[in-house]
Amino acid sequence: MAMNAPAPRTLRFHMFAAPSRFYALSGKLIPWFWVATALFTIAGLYIGFFVAPTDHQQGDSYRIIFIHVPAAWMSMLIYLVMAFWAAWGWMLNARMASMYARALAPTGAMFTFVALWTGALWGKPTWGTWWVWDARLTSEFILLLLYIGYIALTEAIDDVRRAANAGALLALVGAVNIPIIYFSVRWWNTLHQGATISATAAPKMVHTMLTSMLLMTFAFWAYSFAVVFTRARAIVLEQEAETDWVREMLRRPQGK
Amino acid sequence: MTMLWKSFDEFWHMGGYGLYVWGSYAVTLLVMVVEPLMARHRSKAAMQAAELESNA
Repeated sequence: MAMNAPAPRTLRFHMFAAPSRFYALSGKLIPWFWVATALFTIAGLYIGFFVAPTDHQQGDSYRIIFIHVPAAWMSMLIYLVMAFWAAWGWMLNARMASMYARALAPTGAMFTFVALWTGALWGKPTWGTWWVWDARLTSEFILLLLYIGYIALTEAIDDVRRAANAGALLALVGAVNIPIIYFSVRWWNTLHQGATISATAAPKMVHTMLTSMLLMTFAFWAYSFAVVFTRARAIVLEQEAETDWVREMLRRPQGK
Repeated sequence: MTMLWKSFDEFWHMGGYGLYVWGSYAVTLLVMVVEPLMARHRSKAAMQAAELESNA
């Protein structure tokens, strides 16, 4: 942990102010993100399973959409946010930004896995196959490899700053994959259906189906904040254990 | 239960797609329970390590 060498006092205040403020604020916010996750999930699944009608083409198999599409959206959104913070931390040497990037990666990988898994279980009854190497599925699979690569790379380098910089480079190069995933259904002939929601066309779904899907998106969004903040707090403690503000906080019983 | 499902069996059956629908939801639930537990475990471990370090 070469980065934890004590810095001059003025410098230290500037560098560690952000992590200490994040730590205090996130501790208050996390319970509320869990409450939001629970409420949106209950509402979303209630509408999805007890209000939204059976699809006349796909029967009840389409109900996988209520987690499949939100998970796929989150997998792409989290990657962009991760690449943004990684780049920010790299360019400005902002340690908290690099910590956000590392905290986001496992959650992004988890949603990518969920999108692939639910896609396979939806593909079997509708397309007759669990998997096909077409543009949409292949690029989403590459997204999973990018997340795993980013995690492995940053974990493999002990020096915090070098790990952040190497990770940022990988995250930025891999960001080109996101528009490829998103537009793959338009650019190539693919088995996968087109965008569920677009700005130019009316939604191709029953109103209640769309409502459930959006509620589940909010649920996944709140979940992401809760779990990423929890992980970011762990990373802050791991990297800042030797700083004054952490010692100060540990001396106060309520500070935890 | 509701207008949609006449019985729990019908709900469980999901019009013949029960395996696919519940297989999707079960695995999603599993990973979305395990991930926060792992993050919390990491947070607690980091807290303990920091406490050890500050007492040293």
